[in-house]
Amino acid sequence: MTNALFIAVEVDDPVATNPGMAAKLEEVCPVDIFRATLAGVEIVPENLDECVLCELCINAVPVGAVRVIKLYSGQTLPA
Amino acid sequence: MRFFEYESRAIVAKAGIPMTKHGLAKTADEARRIAEQIAGPVVIKSQVLSGGRMKAGGVKFADTPDEAARHAEHILDLEIGGHMPRGVLVDSRAPVQHEYYAGVVWDGLRKRPVMLFSDMGGIDIEEVAEQHPDHVARRHFSTLRPFSDWQAKQLIASLGVSGSALNRLTPIVARLARLFLAYDMTLAEINPLGELEDGSFVALDAHMDMENEARPRQKALLHELGVGDEETRQAREPTPFELAGEQVDSQDHRGVAGNVTEFDGNLGLVIGAGGGSLTLFDAVRAHGGDPANYCEIGGNPSVRKACGLAKLVLQKPGVDKIAVMMSIVSNTRVDIVARGVIKACVELGYDPAEKIAIFRIPGAWEDEGFQILDRYGVEYADRSVSLHEAARRAVEKIQGPPAPAAV
Repeated sequence: MTNALFIAVEVDDPVATNPGMAAKLEEVCPVDIFRATLAGVEIVPENLDECVLCELCINAVPVGAVRVIKLYSGQTLPA
Repeated sequence: MRFFEYESRAIVAKAGIPMTKHGLAKTADEARRIAEQIAGPVVIKSQVLSGGRMKAGGVKFADTPDEAARHAEHILDLEIGGHMPRGVLVDSRAPVQHEYYAGVVWDGLRKRPVMLFSDMGGIDIEEVAEQHPDHVARRHFSTLRPFSDWQAKQLIASLGVSGSALNRLTPIVARLARLFLAYDMTLAEINPLGELEDGSFVALDAHMDMENEARPRQKALLHELGVGDEETRQAREPTPFELAGEQVDSQDHRGVAGNVTEFDGNLGLVIGAGGGSLTLFDAVRAHGGDPANYCEIGGNPSVRKACGLAKLVLQKPGVDKIAVMMSIVSNTRVDIVARGVIKACVELGYDPAEKIAIFRIPGAWEDEGFQILDRYGVEYADRSVSLHEAARRAVEKIQGPPAPAAV
């Protein structure tokens, strides 16, 4: 294995570009994976692998709008 | 934490144990003045937290105040064991008839203090115990029940000391035992304990070590002695490797991944959990392993910290592989630590399957962690494998299987 990336996060455009949702995601994530900007939400790449799989981000937005992918198993949350 | 001799003497005096006349000097002039006050032969002793003072020339005898000042000037500039002295102790040379040893030390195996007494003082008690075991008496005592003088008396009498000497020694040893308890010491030693020509006894030297964790509880004593919070009093200065470990641990507030101590072996250790570090370190040694370091990991550190610690250990010269082990089932997440140590290997260009000799962390999110370890081909063990067995496997990965026993 040549890389050591364990987690990826995908955010659907309507949520990613919504400043209110962005602020909510930034607030709920305990390991600062989301950064709210005027344009919406940015993913902080250096914090991705700190994800504790708490699903707070998934529960903070409409169903399925945020997906957490475990790169080591291929499993996506929410299941 | 260790105390300087002059501080140890202050503790001994506070406990009511008779001392020789002495004073701490930071300059040659101060040494002269103290020697004048003592008005007799003196001994000048370097105040360093290091053994071997006599051999290094840090202890000199003087018959006059001028001679005391000359010796003090020399000793104050003398580095011993990498330490410059805090000052010199100017101590009166008492007319000693016989030297005894009295000490109390924490017995880690029996989990209680043990008093030691010998009628052969002035030399290392370890040497006496080895060469003249019949001259060392031992007696354990409780940390819960009040200490009674008769316990000290029995100890001393067991070496055949009787009469006036026994009566005079008993309160000294009893006070030493009580100060050991009162001040959370791990070692309280008077060596030599001198019997003077008039039959009285005085402490001629003292050595005290206090449990580091007791510092907050013993603030009053430390304040009285002038020991500030910034004084760590470690046995030696931390190495760059150890300082780097502190930096890793201070990256964020999550968990612990640091407190490294450097050794020169080839098996790097990322170990911890509820006293697990010590147990695992011993287990590795028991199987013939050669640890490159001691460390502590636990309390759910971040991936970044686990990675930083593993990188630090992996980059240490001479490290061939690392063993990632914790002793008990804890709240530390297996998947988080697995991510950290694998990331460290990959980012340094190593194959985790090669570099991680064994991964045995029984704990939270095991299944998730095992998926990660499977993905990278790292050998792991769950709680059904003892920590001793895990340590054995790690050692075998480096050293190969043990040679068959000779017939």
